[in-house]
Formats: sequence, structure tokens, C-alpha cells
Amino acid sequence: MSTTRERAAAQKRYSTQKSVMDTVDERFGSSRFLTSVLDKIFPDHWSFMIGEVAMDSLIVLIVTGVYLTFFYVPSSTDVVYAPTSGHVYAPLVGQHMSEAYMSVINLSFNVRFGLIMRQAHHWAALIFLAAVMFHMCRIFFSGAFRKPREVNWIIGLTLWMVVMLEGFTGYSLPDDLLSGTGIRVIYSIVQSIPLIGSWLAYDVWGGRFPGPSFIARLFIIHEFVFPLLIIGLLTAHLMILWHQKHTDFPGPGKTETNIRGSRIWPQYALKAGGLMMLVSGVTFLLAGLIQINPVWLYGPYNPYTVSAGAQPDWYLGFLDGSVRLWPHWEFRSFGHEIANPFFPGLLIPGLIFTIMYAWPWIDKKVYNDYGPHNLLDRPRDKPFRTGIGVAYIIFFIVETLACATDLLANNLHIAFERLIEILQYGAFIGPLVGFTIAFKACQALQRTDAHPIQKPLGGVIIRTADGAYHTLGDHHGNGHDSHTNGHTADSPDGHDAEPDGHEAGGAEPEGHEAAGAETEGAAEAGSAGADRATRLGRGR
Amino acid sequence: MTTTDDLPAVPEAGDETVAHGAASGQPERVAFGRNPRHFGIDPGEPWPDDVPKDQDDTHWRFENDPAGARRAELKIAFCWTLTVLASIALAIVYIDGANTQAAGICWGIAFLGLGIGMLMWARDLLPGHEVTASRGHHDVCAEVDRIAVAESLSRGTEPMARRPFLFKMMGAVGGIFGLATIFPLASLGPRPHTDLYKTDWTGGVRALNEDGNPIRPGDIPVNGILTVFPEVDGQPSTDALSPTLLINVGDAPFKIPPSRTGWNIGGLVAFSKICTHAGCPASLYNVQTHQLICPCHQSTFDVLDDCNPVFGPASRSLPQLPIGTDAEGYVIATEGYQEAVGPGFWNRG
Repeated sequence: MSTTRERAAAQKRYSTQKSVMDTVDERFGSSRFLTSVLDKIFPDHWSFMIGEVAMDSLIVLIVTGVYLTFFYVPSSTDVVYAPTSGHVYAPLVGQHMSEAYMSVINLSFNVRFGLIMRQAHHWAALIFLAAVMFHMCRIFFSGAFRKPREVNWIIGLTLWMVVMLEGFTGYSLPDDLLSGTGIRVIYSIVQSIPLIGSWLAYDVWGGRFPGPSFIARLFIIHEFVFPLLIIGLLTAHLMILWHQKHTDFPGPGKTETNIRGSRIWPQYALKAGGLMMLVSGVTFLLAGLIQINPVWLYGPYNPYTVSAGAQPDWYLGFLDGSVRLWPHWEFRSFGHEIANPFFPGLLIPGLIFTIMYAWPWIDKKVYNDYGPHNLLDRPRDKPFRTGIGVAYIIFFIVETLACATDLLANNLHIAFERLIEILQYGAFIGPLVGFTIAFKACQALQRTDAHPIQKPLGGVIIRTADGAYHTLGDHHGNGHDSHTNGHTADSPDGHDAEPDGHEAGGAEPEGHEAAGAETEGAAEAGSAGADRATRLGRGR
Repeated sequence: MTTTDDLPAVPEAGDETVAHGAASGQPERVAFGRNPRHFGIDPGEPWPDDVPKDQDDTHWRFENDPAGARRAELKIAFCWTLTVLASIALAIVYIDGANTQAAGICWGIAFLGLGIGMLMWARDLLPGHEVTASRGHHDVCAEVDRIAVAESLSRGTEPMARRPFLFKMMGAVGGIFGLATIFPLASLGPRPHTDLYKTDWTGGVRALNEDGNPIRPGDIPVNGILTVFPEVDGQPSTDALSPTLLINVGDAPFKIPPSRTGWNIGGLVAFSKICTHAGCPASLYNVQTHQLICPCHQSTFDVLDDCNPVFGPASRSLPQLPIGTDAEGYVIATEGYQEAVGPGFWNRG
């Protein structure tokens, strides 16, 4: 198929690459590692792309964010808007505002491409948070948080929290009327913390609201402290992922000890690069065509003005909604009080996050499954977990809707009092209904799967070159697969049954296994498989 | 049909000498599908039975379809040409006034063209067949290694445990020293003390409007409201807890505790504008029901009933400011607020 010349050219290119890699190896001894990097396998399932979208939008955020810092002035010094050159935004002329607000106005109107960079930054933040949450849903519903990946679940949750705070501090920097109102509410929530609230608020804000040095602090927090945390946590997240390798959905030929997919080089390197370009492209299209956070329309912040339609960015809507739905309860006794915003603003989110942090261990208890898993669950096979996830999502949606009660009431022509009551009940009933429906649906889907008319369970039968047959991914045979009914099949009991002596055998030096490599008979392969299974099972 | 035919040499799998370069000086390679390294398997290790042998992931989509490959190449080139054109357009847009919409379109097309081209290259012209590899056994260590790490750890902790006093004291020292290092944080802000009880309103202070002008009771029509600020050095105070609403309820009967007799000027009453729930300004006034509504969380206060909360999350009424008029007939506060204004806090009680 190829000419001698082409072959020679290919050989020459190969030689060049070989000598380059040799040069590197002589310095870093890196050939083995680099092989594993270039060979790394990514499972081909669309849902694995969502986390990547998050990472791509983070890159857009960093690039556009650094650009914005060159123009932003983190100062709450009062100035009067009276520009003498460039574009003048007439409605603001003569108004008092902070230097920070004025710098954002100037960035938007008088820096070429400044506005599109600002809007790209904001849009990327919204996409980032959406991707983070969808990614989290995928991890949850497919059981990817199970051993050995609990730590990455925790790091991921922490990332979600830090990223929400990063978003909040970010959209608060312009010091416009809308975001200033948000800061006022957060100040009140901090102030409501029992015992230390007012101290903490005075420390964070540098005094009584709005705080003389708060904008400067907010800036350092937004462009240094939180980014450092995010990059640190993300690095750990990805290094752990790299070490543990991806999870994968069960399928023919897939076992707990192998991984199926396309390699990073060249396939996923280009796919990932292409995806990054698509994310950037969509972000910049949105940034150019759809206005976001037009702070000049909101006006500069002052503590005595606000109008209806004060909503946070979408990912924090649940927090504001929670604060709106909580009834007028607060506790007072012995000369102290736990003020109202503490409960919906900190206690409820705190409870939600605690349960989420604890979920990998709750899940172990629920399914009595403490073993390691590389193969994912289908959500239908874990009705309880799926139900809990759906209940969480519905709770989140109800609370998010509640942050827009004023707008909804206007548009739906309902009195906002009724709407709030509906949503208050909805926050309880919705998750219950969601749980029940999801639970029943999962069970029904399981029954459909088990119906004899479905394709027979089992794996792929492979005929080897010398005429022997063996099966891969047999759902009944080797106990590797998590795909059948409930948790009994899931628990790697088969592995645990191995006596301790066998485990010690697996730990013997390589020579033991090397001896097995000589023959490729079925018996030898079987024992090697058992060894590998033992290794995996021993991790308990 | 496989590209292995094109390879310069197809030596036996796992042959270390060949894999590391033949004596001829020409480095040679192992046929891709047979080098165990590419499947997470160490050379010499038995081939696991869940990793198929002879996998070849050097194939690509249009391998046997030169016309299809040509078309794919043209499509990719077209996408990247769009990127080039959009880049040029972007430069023109920049020079010509930097229109945001035009820039967004150019930028979007440039990125999308580049990205779609890359994706098509990967899909159509680059090897990307699914392969199955071993996960390797580097996910957990062998028992000998686990024994070794526990030994290393106890090399230090064992002798430490022999000094229980020092061991415990180290914890205590860490705790106390840790507490001491919190003090720099205390410098981040002043102590609140009674600050949250204070506003700029005191007896005799004039109420100014937003523009700094004093107010006469007659300036506010029946059912009118006005945000006023205490006068500080002739200017309206910018203090965030001081904004106050003057509300003229006219002849409507309003309830006020007997202890506050004389805090109003006829139908004109003054209440803090800062919501007792989360500190937003309660700035919406429903004239028909005489209710103040906070736009942030819809706390609703009944002005005719001492601004008690009637709906929403607020649980305290808006504090009332006693008002009167000075010798020149301008509205003043006859006293400051008698309670803390704004949202609750621990020491408020």
C-alpha cells in the first residue's frame, strides 16, 4: 500500500522522534511515564465530556480574568462620574460612585474589546458552574464516587463551593446596585451566626457595612485567594483522576480490571483541544451577542435603594430562594438571638453539604458495599440513590425558583404571598414526590431489563487463534460486573472469599507471575485473573 | 489491510532487545498492538484474560477510502479557512471601533472553525479506535509494600509514643499557639461592641433628603413616602443603617404603643428603611394597604400597625424614629433610634 520512499520517510520521522524522546529520557528517565501519558485511555461516553467543559471554561475565565485585572480599580473611594474624553454614558454623569464602579464603566465603554472580555468572563462563569453541577450529577448517579474515589468526590464538592464563592465575589466587584444588595444580604447572614457573627462580619468587612476597605479585600479574595484554592484543588482532582483512571460504564468485554476507550494521543488530545475551542467559541458568541450584567443600567451601589428583580447569578439562586422561603422564625432567649438569616442562609446549605460530603459512606452503608469499583452503576440499578439524587435536584430547583418569586408572581399573575406558600410546601413535597417517582421508575426499568424478551445477559464469546473459547464480561460468571440486580451482585464478595494465603501469593515478586507468562493456557490465564481480582478486592 | 504491514519491522512481542533498538543503529519498533506497554501490562507479566490480544488502534476512519479522506481534508481546511477569515475580520473590527457584537461573531467563528476542524481531523483522519487495556495493578500496592510503609511510619511514631507526656504536650502547644496566631485576624476589623446599636440619628438632628435639603412636614403628601438621612456636617449621612422613611399616612388610623406618644407629626411617621431581616432597604410602599415591602425577600410590614411584619421572613418590626420639628419648621429626630436597626445578631437579644 505504500511505496518504498514513503516507508523510508516514515522510518526517518520515527528515528527523529525516537532520538528526541531518548534525549528527554536521558535527562528525566521519563519514557515509561510518557508512554502511559500518550497511551492514556478515555472512555468514549458523552457524559465524561462535562467535566472537561468545566475545565475549558475555567481556562477562559483565567485568561479573560487576568485581562480584566489590568483595568479594574479595587477602590471604594467616592468619585463623581464626569468623563472628559472617550465614550460618555450620559445617564450616570454627575453621579457619585466608587472608583471600582467607575473603572468597570470605563472598561465597558472605553476599552476596545473590554466589554466583550468582561461579558465573556461572566458567561464563562455561568457555563463553568453549570458544567460543574452536571458533572457532579453524573458522578453521583453513576456511583463514580465509590471506593476508591471518595476523596475526589470530596475535593469536587469543595471545588463546587469555592467556585460558587468565587462567582459571588466576582460579580460583586463592580460595586453596582444589584451586587451591592447581594453583599448586604451576605453581610446579614454572616452577622446572624451565633456567638461570633457580628465580630466575624466586622473582621471580614473591616467594620460596619459596607466596610471601608471591603472592595480591596474582595479583589484580593477573588483574584488571588480563591483562584489559588481552585487551581490547587483542581490539580489534586486531576492528578487523582489520572492515577486512578476513569470509571467506565459496564459493557461487553469490560471488567473491573480493564479499561476501554480511545487513547489520548492523538485522538483525545485533538478532541479535547477541539472541545476547548468550541467552549471558547460559544462563550465569545454569547459574550458578543447577549448582554450580561449591564452594571451601567443598575447604577452605583448605595445602601438605601433597591428595586424588585434583585436576583443573584443562577447558581446562587438556591441560597437566596432558601432565605426567601424560610418562615419568620428566629430564636431569642437569655439576651441573645439566633437571627433569621442564619437558618436558611447557613444551616440548611450546611446540612445539604454535610450529607453530600458524607454520601460515599452513607452509600456504603445503604448498599452494604465497601469494595472498590471501577465499573459504574446504571442509575436504574440503584433506585434509592437515584431517588435521593432526584429529590436533591428538585429541592435545588424549588429553591432556585423561589429566588425569583417577585418576577414569577408578576409574570404568572399570582400574589407573591401565595407563590411563596406554594414553594414552601413544594420544597417538602417536591423532593418526596420526585424520590417516589424516580424510585418506582428505576424499579420498572429494572423489570423491563430482566424480561426474557430482552437480549440474553452475558458477555462476548471470543474464539482464540488456537481454537479455544472464552467469554468476556459475563454478567453471571466472574462477579466483576455491577450491572445486574441490586447490590448482591455488586458486592465483590467473590474476591473477599479468597483466603489470606492467596493474597500473600499475589504479593510475591514479579518472578512468580513472569513464570505464568510462558504458557497461555486457560488455566494459567484463569489463575492470573484470580490474582488480579484478589489485588483489587484486598483494598478494603 | 492493517498498517502494521507498513511498519519497518514486526519483531516478537516483548522482545526487549528489539524494543530498545537493534544493533544496526536504526531504532526499530515493536508492532504496536503487541507491545504490552501500550496495554498497561509490564513486559514479562502474563497477559490478562480481560485484555484482548492483537488489538490494533492504528486504524482511522477513511483509511481505505482515499476520496473520503480527501473530502475530509477539504472540510477541515474549509473550517480553518473560516478561522483565518474571522481572525482578519477581528482585526478590522478592532481598528474600526471595536463593535462588541461584531467582535463576538468573529471570535465565535474563529474558535468554532478551529475547534470543529480539530474534531473532524480526530474523527476522520486520525487513529481513534477503541482499545481495551489493563488498568494495571498500580492502583493498590502489594502487601509487602504495605508492610514497609507501616514500618517506616512506626519507626518515628513508636519512639514518640514512648514519651506520652511530650506527645500530649505537643498537641496542647499546637492548640494554644494556634489560638495565639488568630490575633492578627482580629486586626482585620474593629470590635463591634455597641456599634450595631448606633446610627447617625440623635436628638435634634435634621432629616435631609437625598439632595441634602431639609424637609418640612408639608413636603410629603398624603400616602407619600420619602427616604431621609440624618444631617452630618451639613450633608446627608452615608451611614448604611441610618436611611429612614418618612411616611404620611394621612387620616388613616394607626396603632402605636402608648409609650411612643408624640413620636409622629400628625399623620407623618418615621420608620427605619433597613429591613430587619437581611438589611435590604424596604423601599416598596403599597398605598392601598399601607404596607412596606422589602424587594429582596418580600418581608411585608404594616405601617398602620407599628410596622409589624405581616408576611415574609422578617420577624421584627421596623424600628420607629421619634420625629418633631425644629424652630424653622424642618423635620428633626427628637431622639435617636431606641433599638438596634437592621438585621439581627447574637447580642441583640
